[in-house]
This record gives sequence, C-alpha cells and structure tokens, in this order.
Amino acid sequence: MIHRIPSGTRDVLPDELRELRAITEAVRGVFDRDGYGEVWTPALEYEAVLARGGGMPPAYRVFDDHGEVLALRTDMTVPIARLVATRFRTAEPPLRLCYFAHAYRGVRPHRGQMREFLQAGIELVGAPAPDGTAEALTVLCHALDATGLRAYRIGLGDASLYPRLLRSLNVGDEDRERLLAALAARDFVALESELHGLELAYEDAALLLRVPQVRGGREVLDGPEGPVAEAVAGLRRVHDLLAPEVADRVIFDLGLVRDLGYYTGAVFEVYDPALGEPIGGGGRYDELLGRFGRPLPAVGFALGIDRLHIALAGEERER
Amino acid sequence: MTALTIAVPRGALMRETLDLLDKLGLDTAEVRSNDRKLLFADVGVVTMRPSDVPTYVEAGAADVGITGKDVLTEQAERHVYELLDLGYGSCRMVLATVDGPDPSAEALRRLGVMRVATKYHKTAAAYFERTGRQAEIVEVKGSVELAPLTGLVEAIVDLTATGTTLRENNLVIREELFTSTARLIANPVSHKLKAAAIDAMLEKLRAP
Repeated sequence: MIHRIPSGTRDVLPDELRELRAITEAVRGVFDRDGYGEVWTPALEYEAVLARGGGMPPAYRVFDDHGEVLALRTDMTVPIARLVATRFRTAEPPLRLCYFAHAYRGVRPHRGQMREFLQAGIELVGAPAPDGTAEALTVLCHALDATGLRAYRIGLGDASLYPRLLRSLNVGDEDRERLLAALAARDFVALESELHGLELAYEDAALLLRVPQVRGGREVLDGPEGPVAEAVAGLRRVHDLLAPEVADRVIFDLGLVRDLGYYTGAVFEVYDPALGEPIGGGGRYDELLGRFGRPLPAVGFALGIDRLHIALAGEERER
Repeated sequence: MTALTIAVPRGALMRETLDLLDKLGLDTAEVRSNDRKLLFADVGVVTMRPSDVPTYVEAGAADVGITGKDVLTEQAERHVYELLDLGYGSCRMVLATVDGPDPSAEALRRLGVMRVATKYHKTAAAYFERTGRQAEIVEVKGSVELAPLTGLVEAIVDLTATGTTLRENNLVIREELFTSTARLIANPVSHKLKAAAIDAMLEKLRAP
C-alpha cells in the first residue's frame, strides 16, 4: 500500500541530506563568524500577525482549539520582525539574526520550489542604508563563496525607484497600479501598451519604458537624471562600500521587482547560469518593524537551499 | 556576444520566426530543410510546439523563445519575461456558437450555466469569471468545432485567424476575448546574465 504525502512536499533521504547539510553548515559558519545569532520561531503563527507584516498570503490555515485562525509562515522575515519587536523590545540596535527554517507557499511545485522549502537567511535590524545594505550583500557573497558556488552574480535594484518615478511624472493612482502590475508580471509588452494609453509626454513614456529594462555594470548608474538619479545615487553609495570581490559580483538592474510587498529600498537577487530561476534574494524593509511597534530600518536576505544545491550540482557537471 | 539558445515554435509561427532569425544574422537553412531534427546546436535553435516554448524558457533550457500570446495567456503562471510584440501570427481568441439564435444565451437564461468546449480552459474560465457568467468548461483535445454541432456544448472558445473553419462548420463569432500575436519571451536569469546579447537582439528586432 502506498501512503501519500501532500503535493509540494517531499522526503529527503540520507545521500541528499548529507549534501544539504554540507551546504547549510558552510553557510552557518559564515553567519556565525559575522555575528548573526540563529533563531527559531514557530512554523504556525496567528494569521493576523502574518497579515500585519504584509508578506505573501499564507496557503495553509488551520483553526486552533479556541477557533483562532493559524497559518503556516510564508517566509521568515515577518516572524522575525514580530520576534524583534516583542523579545528585543529594548535591545540596542543593530541586531543580527539568522535562521535555517522551512516556509510554506501555495506555489506550483517543481524542482527548486516546493510548497514546503528550506531557507537560510539573515535579518540585520537597525542598520540603515547604505551601510546595512552593504553588510548584507557582503554576508550574502561570503555565504555563497563558502558553499563553493562560483559563477553567481547579484542583481541589485531599488524597489522604490519605479513608484517614485511614476509619482514624479504625476501618473494617477489607477494608472500607477496598472503599470506596476505589468512590471510585476515582467510583461514589457503590456507596459508599453499601457504607457501608450496614458496622456504622457513622449519622452516621459519612453523613460518609463526604458528605465525598468536597464541592467548592466556600474556604467548604467551614470546616465539617469531627475527622479531616477536619487534612487541610483543610493545604489552607487552601497556599491562604493563593497569590497572588490563583492562589488565585482553585482549587476545593476533598475527594473528589479521582488514578489514580496514589504520592500522599501534596495532589493537584490542571486543568479547563477546553472539555474533558470533566482537562488535567493532580499532587500531593505525599513517600514516592516514599525508595523510591529518597533520602528527600525532593516535589511535581510533568504537563500533557497534546494535551489543552491541544484545550482552547485549544475556547476559541478559543467566543470 | 554571448550565444543565446532560442526556442522556435513549429507550426503556423515557424516560417515568419525563421525569417526573423535570418534578419538577426542566423543561418536558418538547416532548420528549414530538416523537418525531423529538433535541436540545432550550431545556430542555437531548438524547435518545439508553441505551447512548450514557455516551459523550456521558464526552466532556462532556452534563453529566449517565440510563442503566441494565446499560449502565454493560457500559461499565465509561467515566470518568463515578455519582451516584445513581434506583430505576426495575428489571430483572435473568440467565443463562437452555431448560427441563428444564440444557444449559449438561452442556456444561461434557462439553465443558469452554459457549457463551453475549449483547448484553452484557463483562458476561458477566467473570461467567464470576469464577465460574471457561470460556465462549465469542457476540455477537448481535438477539433473544438465538433462540440457545438453535436450538442455537447452551447459554445466554444477557440483561436481563429481567418474564420474559415468556423464558417465551414456553420459557427458564428459572438464575442472576441483578445487578439493574439507572436511574442518574444526570455528566461528571468538569462535576462540578467545575458543582458547584452538579449538587448542587442531586441534592438535589431525593433529596427524597422
């Protein structure tokens, strides 16, 4: 008789787990060395607490014995924001925390993205841009280096760039939503046709179409003027703080959007030629802690351990 | 320039897609002459049915690909970048019924639900949801036109270029869902790591 397991979950057997363990131990060594203390939080949280954080909506909910709605967390950033605001209410910032924990999302399961998946990440709380961002990027690169990943690059953008650009060009709220939705869907054809439908000066529409497709080396930060220049100056300040071995990994991407709602500034993703999707990512969420009553700027990232494993195996095959 | 792997759709979009690749300076002679071969590593071309293109591009097995908007609408959950409307392969996604009094309207009025046959069940379901009508989607694999003629369903949602097949089967277009054309799509990671090659390709394709 076959006893099934839920869609999007899987068993991990010793051969694979040995390899996964080697990856997490390497990453843990770096987090530990850089002063990030590991925490656990419950996999189940009150749904209202997760909703307050504004992350991805939970896919799995249950009632507890008092009729309250509990949900499986969709990431670790919101639970850690809750944890910081309650357990470290008076602690002197900055706080450096890390985790190795499973999160749960209602995705279409495929190799590299199951519904239950293991993430390794850090949260650096109370460290504003640009220094905090630069530190997070540095820890990220050191952690990836420690696993033996070679060809990876970090895409770096700013979540506030496009909304700010739209505001400065006086695009109305409804139009704004439609343009941001096209950008979030990575649909530049829809973005272009939406822009054609607006009453914008030709140069403004062209700018709104061009900016989110700008990506490349440091030279792409030199061009933009006006409202874009401000966000770009922020990225330049972060880049200036990076050691050469970290700075060389960075590709600037002015159209970078993350699927989570709480990002306020710099955002980044990890790419490797051996995998067709990002290995991980993160960014600044300067307003999230405030929603839990302890307003502090913060930055963090999460790596998908399965994806990292697949990329490492892929790089190994190509050598 | 980093070489890109390009997913090329077989079928109706293939000839114009290959013409486009010629314009990019690729030698497509072998692709045109060899109908059985699927992988052309020398020119970086893989050929497949249009509905498989998003699958290969999403996984990074191809860096970029060309497929119809109809396919992308049906597979909206795929994580791919839609970069350019290539303009060719124009056709319409339509709701059609047999000629005469509209049987789908009557079914809706009297029975509360209309039955609709289609190969595009997600597109159709989303459309009826958006327009506030209750519809039972009947997924068929073969000729959709047969379904309303035999009484299986009251309406179909299907793709049509000229409308000839519909007319030949005594079907009339009642509503148009959207117009579809060929689109250039890219893998999200290739879009970053092979940015120069993809942008160079876009620039050539945009040139008149």
